[in-house]
Amino acid sequence: MAQTVIPFGPQHPVLPEPIHLKLSVEDEMITEAVPALGFVHRGLEKLIDFRDFHQMVQVVERICGICSVMHGMCYAQGIEETMRIEVPGRARFLRVIWAELHRMQSHLLWLGLFADSFGFESLFMEIWKIREKILDINEATAGNRIIVSVNVIGGVRRDLTQQQMGWILSELTGIERHMKRLETTLMDDYTIRKRIVGKGVLAQSQARDLGVVGPTLRASSVAQDVRQLGYAAYKELDFEPVIEKDGDCFARSRVRFREIFQSIDLVRQAVSKIPDGPLATKVKGRPDGETVCRVEQPRGEVFYYIKASGQKRLERLRIRTPTFANLPALIAMLPGMWLSDVPVVVLSIDPCISCTER
Amino acid sequence: MIDQVISVSNETVVDETAKMKFEGYRFVTMSCFMLDETTVQLLYHFDKNLELRHLRFSVTLETLIPSISRVYSSAFLVENEIQDLFGVHFQGITVDYERTLYLDEEVKAPPFCGFTARKSAKGQHFNGKPSEG
Repeated sequence: MAQTVIPFGPQHPVLPEPIHLKLSVEDEMITEAVPALGFVHRGLEKLIDFRDFHQMVQVVERICGICSVMHGMCYAQGIEETMRIEVPGRARFLRVIWAELHRMQSHLLWLGLFADSFGFESLFMEIWKIREKILDINEATAGNRIIVSVNVIGGVRRDLTQQQMGWILSELTGIERHMKRLETTLMDDYTIRKRIVGKGVLAQSQARDLGVVGPTLRASSVAQDVRQLGYAAYKELDFEPVIEKDGDCFARSRVRFREIFQSIDLVRQAVSKIPDGPLATKVKGRPDGETVCRVEQPRGEVFYYIKASGQKRLERLRIRTPTFANLPALIAMLPGMWLSDVPVVVLSIDPCISCTER
Repeated sequence: MIDQVISVSNETVVDETAKMKFEGYRFVTMSCFMLDETTVQLLYHFDKNLELRHLRFSVTLETLIPSISRVYSSAFLVENEIQDLFGVHFQGITVDYERTLYLDEEVKAPPFCGFTARKSAKGQHFNGKPSEG
């Protein structure tokens, strides 16, 4: 059979960010996929040469809008560990609340885009309408819809009043109700299941070998979630990793859907347990030494390697984002798929290319 | 701080990586930084049940570093990235972009090697030449 090479991206209606896949197809079946990156590489790691370690919080928050809070949190935690700074209890709980709100808005964004990838535009709009409630919470409490910029070295720079927390909980109850109404459509609809069940299967052993992380890993029945490390206030909260067994696109969408409910529960727990106290510890001195820090972003484990030498500017900041870890698995999933399944399979790993390329 | 760091060499890194795989470790990523103008230090990070272990060694920029992508297939992406950004050479990467993963072909100087921005004096380019405008 004759082989044809079809370019997928970097401009494609279904792709939220530019990535190029060179797809080799035989009669519309994919035989090979080779990725090409570099369309949005900004060289943000290099900015440590020009910004001091306090200013880098704002830089890492802008690696990606939808993972913004977790980037800032991971970087701040890394510096705090190097400098042996103890973050106040209230700040740790506030970090959890902001992080889980961010996780929800990221998963809702993805669910909407995923629905759009198989042509269900009304579902896409309905889900993004729910997401708007989280963005309204962000704007009302932090001043910005997406990049809320709450993390600083030593704690957080914004507080939540009791009234605000009560309001957040009531909004989340509304979101929970709305999501439950959509569950039948998302999970049981015949046409949706026809498009996503059995597509892009990643077996458990394959997922481990390829170093996959996050919901993509948990959808292949591996119960690993970096929040189990207990950073911020997670050690004081009760949760189990959400897993599914089938490892296909449907399983990955189910994991993210269920994680929205898990995040609502985590915010409720955090609000009920949050102590009073200061928002941040005063930072004295400069970081010296090297450390690694990991945090569970919506897409999976983000890995920060920080090296400092007692100067105000760091020596090295290395960031490995979850999509960077999941891209090789995408390349393994595509062979054997039909060309028409490519958008669904690509989106099923929730790719964030601005994170990947930095 | 990082602990569980094992010092290896350019000759033993692939064997040590294979040991990690045999022991059930997941490949997380690699980190690279400049020790001086001609030497880089490489760190390989692995994870098992949320516990990290690292391999560390230093090489000069001219040294051919054996790729671990035949042990951990997902490593090809980060090895290409380090090739682009630091100008090191990995030998035997399963998918080798030959320094075009992030960079255009006409870019000759790897971004992380010795580039520093200097504030330009009035009427001069940053490299000391007079401005044309």
